[in-house]
Amino acid sequence: MAVKTVLESVRDALHSEMERDPSVFLMGEDIGPRGNVFRITAGFLDEFGRDRVVDTPLAEASIVGIAVGAAMAGMRPVAEIQFADFIYPAYNQIVGEAAKIRYRSAGGNSCPLVVRTPYGGGVRGALSHSVSVEALFYHVPGLKVCAPSTPADTQGLLTSAIRDDDPVLFLEHKRTYRLIKGEVPAGDYTVPIGKADVARTGKDVSVITYGLMRHFAMEAAEQLAGQGIETEVIDLRSIRPMDRETILNSIGKTRKALIVHEDQKFGGIGAEVSAIIAEEALFELDAPVKRLCGPDVPAMGYAKEYEEAFMPSPARIADAIKALADF
Amino acid sequence: MPTVRMPQLGETVTEGTVGRWLKKEGEAVAKYEPLLEVETDKVASEIPSPFAGMLSKVFAEEGATIPVGAPICEIGEATGAQAQASKPVAEAPAQSAGTAVASPVSEPVAASAPASVSAARSAPSQSTDGVRYSPAVRKLVRQHRIDVKQLPGTGRGGRVTAVDVLKLIESGGARPAAPAASAQPLQMPAAHPQPLPIAPPGEGDTVVRVTQMRKTIAERMVLSKTTIPHAWSMVEADVTAVAKWRETEKEAFKAREGANLTFLPIMVLAVCGALREFPAVNSTWAGDKIILRKGINIGIAVEIEDGLVVPVIRDADDLSLAGVARAVHSLAGKARSRKLTMEEMTDGSITVDNTGALGSIASVPIINPPQAAIITMEAVVKRPWVINDAIAIRSIMNVCLCLDHRVLDGAIASRFLQSVKRRLETFSV
Repeated sequence: MAVKTVLESVRDALHSEMERDPSVFLMGEDIGPRGNVFRITAGFLDEFGRDRVVDTPLAEASIVGIAVGAAMAGMRPVAEIQFADFIYPAYNQIVGEAAKIRYRSAGGNSCPLVVRTPYGGGVRGALSHSVSVEALFYHVPGLKVCAPSTPADTQGLLTSAIRDDDPVLFLEHKRTYRLIKGEVPAGDYTVPIGKADVARTGKDVSVITYGLMRHFAMEAAEQLAGQGIETEVIDLRSIRPMDRETILNSIGKTRKALIVHEDQKFGGIGAEVSAIIAEEALFELDAPVKRLCGPDVPAMGYAKEYEEAFMPSPARIADAIKALADF
Repeated sequence: MPTVRMPQLGETVTEGTVGRWLKKEGEAVAKYEPLLEVETDKVASEIPSPFAGMLSKVFAEEGATIPVGAPICEIGEATGAQAQASKPVAEAPAQSAGTAVASPVSEPVAASAPASVSAARSAPSQSTDGVRYSPAVRKLVRQHRIDVKQLPGTGRGGRVTAVDVLKLIESGGARPAAPAASAQPLQMPAAHPQPLPIAPPGEGDTVVRVTQMRKTIAERMVLSKTTIPHAWSMVEADVTAVAKWRETEKEAFKAREGANLTFLPIMVLAVCGALREFPAVNSTWAGDKIILRKGINIGIAVEIEDGLVVPVIRDADDLSLAGVARAVHSLAGKARSRKLTMEEMTDGSITVDNTGALGSIASVPIINPPQAAIITMEAVVKRPWVINDAIAIRSIMNVCLCLDHRVLDGAIASRFLQSVKRRLETFSV
């Protein structure tokens, strides 16, 4: 198996799907001659031509709006929002239009659209290059939301998302792009949307997380293993549909849940996960469900201290796991 | 001072009758400890106390009918000695998962609320009524019927953790807790009163998650088998005539009525006739009285994927054979597509179980509480049969009955069964 970065796995999924299916095309800012700000699509314009690698103005509502129309007309557009921080102008096109098309047309139309966007902090991106947007979208029925964290999951899920007949918001944590390397199976590799990954098994505490925090949680779990605390780490991979079964099976085993995400706490993914546990597994719980999340402040600051204060770190995750294990 | 109000014991229930006070004025009561029994036209339930404290004032005497939401008693602060008497282990029975015990509508007043109300935070705190246990610990205590009061906890502040309890069970050191209070008619015991540890799943074993339906079936079956003294009897019915008639009639019946002419609707009508003859069988044990049900509502057991449901043919004795056949067809279809409404699943007064459909020739069914009887129709088989000292080949169907021996005795059961048999043997439209 080849070892790749997350960034390369995005590139490979896009490239192989474009080779495989002529209805797949890309739209976004700076994806043509510039090859995307992270160089993901470098060379794509020469290889696939202007019709399939469409450079757009700085107009997110138009990028997604045009992609919705193309998707309804039989194409499989992959629209890129350069940074998740700029997705808000396209909120109506994603939530108000794309997510409702199948339902609104009683199944007569579908919208096989992927909106990809880098999100998250930890790269000194300051107020407008650090945001996590998943909680704004996972509430919406009709929209799938993926947030993988490893190269294999990224390539497998992005391939599934492009082949999916309904709209998928595909979130790529920008800190993982070059930081995280891993093996990716060769050939036509897919990962099913809606299935979590048990990244590590343990019997004392379940950590339910996704994105960059999966890697931080794994680091914390390794530290604690030396102290005799066995942590189970669940990487949701898909935020919606959410894999309730894997979550509940894990709680049935450890009886203690810690939910970790970088996104702000109030109304975040952790709120839904803890509600699922409370509704379905109250009598399995041996401790209160805990959340370790970003603080409820408007944004991640530029200063290193602000960024560190915002993002859960392996050390803080380890402390939270230990507190639950000792409870 | 916190007031306890008449709980809503069903969506459509507007009032309840105070059955029996389980606590007297001045008596200490632990949180969730049974306070009184309330009867409605649907069910009699024990009402757990929403607060720890002392029953300071009773507003509703036994037998009084009180609207939902009206005050029934007041719980005051317990004195130290009284509070000591109530241990949280007594909470367990009232907490059985899946029971219909509703929490009373309660109205704590902040100033005098007992410590346990405000202490319901995440920290494991000591409250006036002793140690607090997590839901997982309480479930294990209930399942294994063990006493953890003396168990030293290894959690923060000496908290007893689920792992502590599991270790106790594995070490075989668990001793059964003293039985909590006296058994009450509609109290549901734990679904698995397992005193022995269960070996954890090994390699190659499969762990199947228990569905809500499975849990409900388990609880109701345990309730039935542990609280209802079952008595069993069987008769053999010679259904040759009706079997022949059915053979000649079934094509035309199906074309005319749109439902299959099976033995089930014939059996339902035979049971209806026998119930009219012996109304005592159409009844319910209600603790200090027996309720004879006016409506003959026949529950029919329908096997569905991963479980069993018992939809009810209401006033089945008002229906013709075709009417019953259509009702069976419709209810079974709805059961399989999981579209039964609550109304179609409640108020059955007896259950007919078509055990013969899968080839059984005798069975000992479990009564569907709060009914008093369950009757089966076994497979129709051709057997050598003695008639007037000669041997003939006849179609024979066994009919088995289990009855609640609190309500009925063997003699009436036998007469009832003979009546069903006679009606099957002489069936005509």
